[in-house]
Amino acid sequence: MARAKSAAKAGDQPAGTAGDLGKDALLGFYRNMLLIRRFEERAGQLYGMGLIGGFCHLYIGQEAIAVGVQSIQEEGDQVITAYRDHGHMLACGMDPNEVMAELTGRAGGSSKGKGGSMHMFSREAEFYGGHGIVGASAPLGTGLALANRYRDNGKVTFTYFGDGAANQGQVYESFNMAALWKLPVVYVIENNQYAMGTSLERSSSETHMHKRGASFRIPGEEVDGMDVLAVRDAAKRAAAHARSGEGPFILEMKTYRYRGHSMSDPAKYRTREEVDEVRKTRDPIEHLREILEKEGLADEAALKAIDADVKKIVAEAAEFARTSPEPEPAELYTEVYVEAAQ
Amino acid sequence: MTDILMPALSPTMEEGTLAKWHVKVGDTVSAGDVIAEIETDKATMEVEAVDEGVVEELLVEAGAEGVKVNAPIARLAGGEAPAKAAPEPKASDTEEAESSGDPEKKPPADAKAEQPTGDGPAAIRPADPPADPEIPEDAKLVKTTVRDALRDAMAEEMRRDEAVFLMGEEVAQYQGAYKVSRGLLDEFGERRVIDTPITEYGFAGLGVGAAMAGLKPIVEFMTWNFAMQAIDHIVNSAAKTHYMSGGQVTTPVVFRGPNGAASRVAAQHSQDYAAWYAHIPGLKVIAPYDAADAKGLLKAAIRDPNPVVFLEHEMLYGQEFDVPEVDDYVLPIGKAKVRRTGADVTITAYSRMVGLALKAAEELAGEGIEAEVVDLRTLRPLDHETVVESVRKTHRLVTVEEGWGPMGVGAEIIARVIEHAFDYLDAPPARVCQEDVPLPYAANLEALSLPSVDKIVKAAKAVSYRS
Repeated sequence: MARAKSAAKAGDQPAGTAGDLGKDALLGFYRNMLLIRRFEERAGQLYGMGLIGGFCHLYIGQEAIAVGVQSIQEEGDQVITAYRDHGHMLACGMDPNEVMAELTGRAGGSSKGKGGSMHMFSREAEFYGGHGIVGASAPLGTGLALANRYRDNGKVTFTYFGDGAANQGQVYESFNMAALWKLPVVYVIENNQYAMGTSLERSSSETHMHKRGASFRIPGEEVDGMDVLAVRDAAKRAAAHARSGEGPFILEMKTYRYRGHSMSDPAKYRTREEVDEVRKTRDPIEHLREILEKEGLADEAALKAIDADVKKIVAEAAEFARTSPEPEPAELYTEVYVEAAQ
Repeated sequence: MTDILMPALSPTMEEGTLAKWHVKVGDTVSAGDVIAEIETDKATMEVEAVDEGVVEELLVEAGAEGVKVNAPIARLAGGEAPAKAAPEPKASDTEEAESSGDPEKKPPADAKAEQPTGDGPAAIRPADPPADPEIPEDAKLVKTTVRDALRDAMAEEMRRDEAVFLMGEEVAQYQGAYKVSRGLLDEFGERRVIDTPITEYGFAGLGVGAAMAGLKPIVEFMTWNFAMQAIDHIVNSAAKTHYMSGGQVTTPVVFRGPNGAASRVAAQHSQDYAAWYAHIPGLKVIAPYDAADAKGLLKAAIRDPNPVVFLEHEMLYGQEFDVPEVDDYVLPIGKAKVRRTGADVTITAYSRMVGLALKAAEELAGEGIEAEVVDLRTLRPLDHETVVESVRKTHRLVTVEEGWGPMGVGAEIIARVIEHAFDYLDAPPARVCQEDVPLPYAANLEALSLPSVDKIVKAAKAVSYRS
C-alpha cells in the first residue's frame, strides 16, 4: 500500500492514503484537478477580455475537494453547491464546453445562457446547482436527501457550502432536521478561510467548522482539503455513515482559494506572502504530482501528456464558448413555466 | 507568441492604470505568476499570467494611465504553444479601439439581440385554460367546509400519487394547527405526513430540494405571515430554477396555508400576501373562495409541475359550501369565475373578499344597481380577459382586496383594464382595500381598516355616480 505523506500540512489532519487505488485512478485525479485549474485560469482570462460578465468565482486552490469527494460518488448520489461551482461541475463530468459557454452567456451553455456562472444544473450528472444565495444549498441539499430517504433508495447527497455560509441560520435549521430524521446527507464545508473579505477569525465564534454540528449530534471531521487522497478517505467514511442510516456527517475541508472572492476582488485583506506560501507548500496538484513521481507511477512524459490533453480540452471549451451564438431573443420567454403535461 | 491583454477586473471597467510591472523582458513566467499590478478607480489588482513563456516585450510602460481593456500590454515568446492559442481579439478591433480612443468601444460585443416586443405582463401566460369541467345534472351536492375540502383534495392526491407528501408545523400528530390535515397521518403515516420543527426557512428549502429530486411536496405554513422567513426559497429557489437551469430542473411544490387577516390578531399576523407572490414570474398564485374551488384548485395545484402559492383564509375554513360529488374534481388554474351576473358595475375580488362582494351586490340590487361579481380565483396567471369582458358590458369597475392598495392586486387589474378596455370605461375605477396602515388590534380600528360590505357598496355607487 502506497502511503502518501503530505509535503506540508496545515494542521493535524491525517494524510491521505492511496490505499487500493491503482495508477489509473491517481492519474485520473491529477488530470481532473489540472482540468479545473486550467479551466478556471482560462475563465479568468475570458473575464478579463470581457467575454464573461457579472460575477465569476474561481475554484483555483480548492480543486482537491470536488475531485476527492466526487471520486466516491455512487450512481444516483446527488451534488449541490453554492456559487463557486465550476469545479464541481467539471468533477461531476459535465461537458467543459457547455460550462464555459454558460459563462459566456451563449446558446450552447448548459442553461442556454440563462443561468450564468452561479446557476448551472445537470440532471444527467445529478448536479443540482449552482446557487447564488449564501447558505441556500444547505436546505436544498437536505431536501434532496429527504427525497432519498422518502424513496429509501440508498443514495447520498453531497451538500457543499463555504465557511461564510456556515454562519447562516438556515444551515442550522437544516442540520436540525437532517439529524432529527437521519437524512443521508454529507455536508462538505469548504473552509477557505475567508468569507469574501472577512477572515474566519473575524466572523466566527467557533472557527472549527467540523464542530458546528455538535449541538445537533452530527459528527464532524477536519480534513486536509489540499490533499485529494485525504479528502477521498474522509468522504468515504462520511458517505458510509450517511448511507447506513446513521444520518448526516460534516466534513470540514481546510483549503485556500488563490484568487479573490470573485474576479473584482483585489484580495487586500491578506498578504501576497500568505498566498505564495500556500501555493508553494500546499498546492493540491503539486502534492499529487510528487506522490505520482515518488511512487514511480508517472514519469515526466506521462504528466506532460496529461498537461497537453487538458490544455486542448480547455482551449476547445474557450473556442466553443466564444463562437457559440448568443441565445435567440425568443429564448427570453421560454422555460419561465413548465408546460403542463396533464 | 502570445499577447497578454489588459484585463477587465470588474463588469464595468473600461480602462485602467498599469501601475507596476513585476516582470521584465527576458523573464520566464508560468501560469499563475503575478506579472503586473493594475489600478482602477476602485481597486488595485494583480495580473497573473495564464500562459507560460518568456517575456519578449512590454508594450505598455509602468505608470501608463487610461490603458483600454483588451489592449495588448505584453508579448510572450516561446513556451509550449497550446493546441490553440489563447483567444485574441481581432487585431482590427484592437487597433480601432486604440486609434479612435472611443470610450464607448467595448470588447468583442456582438450585436445586441433585438428586443422582442412582449405583450406586457400578459405575455407569459399558458395557453387559454379550459373552462370548469361540466358537472353532471344529477351530481349530488354535498355541504362541505373549506377546511374539509382542502383536506379531501390533499388526501385524494396522496392516494393518486405516491410522490405527494405533506410537511409543516403540527400537520401530523396535532392534526393541523387549523385542523386542515385532520386524519391524514392516520391514513398515510409519518413518512408522508411530516411534522417539522418551527423553522420555516429551513423546511421550505427542504421542500424545494425534495421537489428538485422529483417529489411533489405540499409545504404548509401555519400562516403565510411566517412564510416571510421562507420567502427566499419560494422566490429564489422555487420560482427561478426552471428558467435558470434552461428547463432542466423543475420544482413542483405547493406552498399553502391561511393568508390575510384572521380576527384580532393584529399587525404581524394579519397580512394579505397576494400581491407579493403574484409579482413573481415562475410562481402560480391561487386564492380560492368557496369549498368547491378550494378542492378543485388545490388538486390542480398539486398536479401542476410548477411551484404554486396557495392562499387560503382562516375565516373561511369553517364555512360550508356545496361541493359536487364527482370523481376527481379538478379545476383549471388561471380562470376567473363570474359568480353573479349584472349589467351595471363589475366588482372583482378573491378569497374571503368574494363573500363580501356578493353581499354588497345584494344590497346594491336593492337600490337598482346590478353588480357583476368576478371571482379572480387565480392571481398569477391573472385571467384579465374575463374582467375585461365584464367591464366592456358594465363600463364600471370596483376592485376589492384585503391587502394594501399601493402596488396591489387592484392596481394591476385597473392597469390591465385600461390597457384593454380604456374606451369602455364610463367612470374612473375604484379600489377597496385595507387602509394604508399596519392592521390595528382594537376591534373598532380593525373594522375601520379592513374592506367591508359597506365600503364596497359605497365604491360601487361612487363609480355609478350614485350617492
